[in-house]
Amino acid sequence: MERDKNFILGVYEDEDVLMNAVSKIRKAGVKIHEVYSPFPVHGLDEVLGYNRSKLPIAAFIFGLLGTILALTMQFYMMKFDWPMIIGGKDFAAFPSFIPVTFEMTVLLSAFGMVGVFLVSSNLKPWGQPKIFDLRITDDKHVIAIDLAVNANFGEEMLSDVLKSADASEINKKSFE
Amino acid sequence: MAHSNTNYNLDQKYEFSAGLKKSIFIVLGIGAVILIAGIIAAMFGGHDQGHGDEAGHAFHWYHRLYANIWINNVYFTGIAVIGVFFFAIQYAAQAGWSTPLLRVFLAFGNWLPIAAVLMLVSFFLFNHDLFHWTHSYLFDKTGPEYDPIIDGKGSYFYWPMEKGTFPLFFIVRMVAFFGFWVFFFNKLKTLSFEQDIQGGNEYFYRMRKWSALFLIFFAVSSSIAAWDWVLSIDTHWFSTMFGWYVFASWFVAGLSAITLVTLYLKGQGYLEMVNENHIHDLGKFVFAFSIFWTYIWFSQFLLIYYAHIPEETFYFVERLQSDVYSPYIFVNLGLNFVLPFLVLMTRDAKRLGVFLKLVCSLIILGHWFDFFLMVQPGTLGQNGGFGLMEIGMLLVYASAFAFVLMSNLAKGNLIAKNHPMLEESYHHHI
Repeated sequence: MERDKNFILGVYEDEDVLMNAVSKIRKAGVKIHEVYSPFPVHGLDEVLGYNRSKLPIAAFIFGLLGTILALTMQFYMMKFDWPMIIGGKDFAAFPSFIPVTFEMTVLLSAFGMVGVFLVSSNLKPWGQPKIFDLRITDDKHVIAIDLAVNANFGEEMLSDVLKSADASEINKKSFE
Repeated sequence: MAHSNTNYNLDQKYEFSAGLKKSIFIVLGIGAVILIAGIIAAMFGGHDQGHGDEAGHAFHWYHRLYANIWINNVYFTGIAVIGVFFFAIQYAAQAGWSTPLLRVFLAFGNWLPIAAVLMLVSFFLFNHDLFHWTHSYLFDKTGPEYDPIIDGKGSYFYWPMEKGTFPLFFIVRMVAFFGFWVFFFNKLKTLSFEQDIQGGNEYFYRMRKWSALFLIFFAVSSSIAAWDWVLSIDTHWFSTMFGWYVFASWFVAGLSAITLVTLYLKGQGYLEMVNENHIHDLGKFVFAFSIFWTYIWFSQFLLIYYAHIPEETFYFVERLQSDVYSPYIFVNLGLNFVLPFLVLMTRDAKRLGVFLKLVCSLIILGHWFDFFLMVQPGTLGQNGGFGLMEIGMLLVYASAFAFVLMSNLAKGNLIAKNHPMLEESYHHHI
């Protein structure tokens, strides 16, 4: 069976039940693909055992890029391309470059973070996000389990695990 | 959710251990020895004795001693008042996370009465050697040394007395600031400890009211204190950012000291309800306000640098083009900006005590350098520097401060046990 194609979904109505269910399912050895919820559930990422987001690293790299870009741009412009005498200072007057450098650092780190987030969450313009259940934007939480990843369990058993974990509905979802 | 156990010992009292007392006295002793060595070296090795500086004064070794006393007076006053300020902020903002730490913040204020005495006594003893504007000949219109600029600013120091006589307005301000700071500190302290006995939320509301009043007073007084005690050394110069600049320097140093004391107490097994989330918040404060200080420092510098008006630039020329002081400008920026910015940037660094201990200690040293750079060039000209006398004096003041802080911390309950937000702070999670 191919990955990312066939899923079994457990639908939940209450976030406390959901949290307990996640622990229970993970304890049973089932690997959860993802949990979808209409609002942020505090502590859910810990129960899911997620590592901390690597987004700050992207922010740092893009910020550094902004710093370098801004400094290079200003040195090139002021020293080589179009030198101007301002206030009797050197052409390359470093302190006066700092504000622009600061702004570029902030700008690029912010843009970079948003960009990386959109791409990594599959929200990029050319991406096709998987919609497991339309109600996850309204009032239902959904635990998605990839059948291919948990092939050793089989569909029946996964269904039983979800049932014993108090799912209010158990559905199947396949993507082309 | 994470911690359901809230069975903490709320009656814990800090015990000022003999071991710590001994360490503090050893540091005090080492500081005193280094200080005396520095004084002897300056007395006999005395460079530039008898040579006049620009103002026509001979430089003597004791000028450097006085300048050192003044640097530490201002610096440790600031750290002490920041403790009360931070305490008041928690009440005014109705912050819950910091509740177990409130007594630590408050304990810093115990230095204030001592600071007041030190400051007043040193002003009366050394005023002519520290503050150029205290010389009466500057205001003598017929004299050769008449200074129209200082004469124009004279009323700010001498009103309602005649210029060049007794700086009544200046002294009144100094007494009033310390008086009100100590008054508000005592008020908050009394209320906080009464709440331990009486309980009840009305104490919280009363303290919130007093905190708000203190913050309004502090907003004005901290700025004016910075002009009086530091900016007026360079009487000709002015900077509208100076009040903020001194406040920012005090605040970062105070926050670092608070963090260090908190980590020390935790290391000794106290404050067990303070977990890495609270430490993380303190770390964020240190990180954020280090950048705030840099922002203020740089804004002050950039505007003057860019406008290039001689009456403003001389302040930086005096420092940046001096062989004595220019290295410390970079020490200052390195310790107070580059180090906390790079080391405390990650989440883990703010949650692990070892990074915070290192960075906070260096920041306390770094902001001492900031005040060193504010005071010494204006008082000593090119005769200053960072040597044995500076190290010794800093150690003496720091250990005296630590002794007052810790002995007062040991006097009362370490936790504000009837604070209404204590429960909330147990569940602080970030």
